[in-house]
Amino acid sequence: MNARLPLLLVLLLALMPAAWAAIDVYEFKEPEQEQRFRNLIDELRCPKCQNQNISGSDAPLAKDLRQKTYDMMQAGKSNGEIVDYLVERYGDFVTYRPPLRPDTLLLWFGPFAFMIVVALLLRAWIKRRAREPAPTALDPRERERLDALLNRYGEEPK
Amino acid sequence: MSPTLRRNLLLALPLLGFVILLGLLWRGLSNDPRLLPSMLIDKPLPTFAMTDLKNPSRTITADDLKGKISLVNVWATWCPSCQIEHPTLLKLAKQGVPIYGVNYKDQRHLALSWLDQLGDPYAINIEDAAGQLGIDLGVYGAPETYLLDKNGVIRYRHVGVLDDQAWAEEFLPRIRAIEEQS
Repeated sequence: MNARLPLLLVLLLALMPAAWAAIDVYEFKEPEQEQRFRNLIDELRCPKCQNQNISGSDAPLAKDLRQKTYDMMQAGKSNGEIVDYLVERYGDFVTYRPPLRPDTLLLWFGPFAFMIVVALLLRAWIKRRAREPAPTALDPRERERLDALLNRYGEEPK
Repeated sequence: MSPTLRRNLLLALPLLGFVILLGLLWRGLSNDPRLLPSMLIDKPLPTFAMTDLKNPSRTITADDLKGKISLVNVWATWCPSCQIEHPTLLKLAKQGVPIYGVNYKDQRHLALSWLDQLGDPYAINIEDAAGQLGIDLGVYGAPETYLLDKNGVIRYRHVGVLDDQAWAEEFLPRIRAIEEQS
């Protein structure tokens, strides 16, 4: 039996990033509390690390913010209060869901608006094409040109 | 408008849009994606009560940092850039600029010997071992330097090394503007 294969598998598993994700130990009175905590830290972005959430980052700041989230939860704060606290200090960048506000309207609806504009333009263009008269049979002059071309290239004129 | 002209204008629109987009993207290339704008611009310093690094029996609050246009410099001994900007801070302190330090997530004995060896430009140094003042300020990396006006209102945040260029280009114009306003 090849003893190296299981060893290799174990090594590969150990290298998977998930295994290195923060191993803090937080205690919760109920499993729903723990789930709430997990959801919160999954949806909060670490301000220091380009696009990692605070649950997956081992930056010291991420650890501090996880601790802060836990402390605030234990103090009875709601999810909204915790997110507001962090946004007050770090800005909207810290949430993965930008809030719907006048200045984020373009971000939220821009792509849809663009698609609708393109669809409308396309529709107008197709309609205009449809209105043009369909080509009829060739007129005599065009017929002559066709014959000349066909002769030149060796086809039988029909 | 003749049909040909109209058609040509319509065809030019995507090209125009593309050129505009190209311009915006080109400008975006010189932006630093890691830079976060501070949420505290034009807001007062957060309330705090923390120990003086050199005198642990003394408590410092935001009121202690009011009275003059000043700098609040977030630093630590584990931060190499802080060592790089240190001579500039010493120079500014000699020129009479009040500099208040926040020793961020550090150890007191390391910080004190660092200041002994390299010199101390700070009028007051706040010990923020847990980083709570850092969170309240929105600190996401050291060094960071905040420009305060006389009332302790934050007017600007500089992230990264404070060198002569940053002082001349970012701080001096703003300091002059603050002085003119008052």
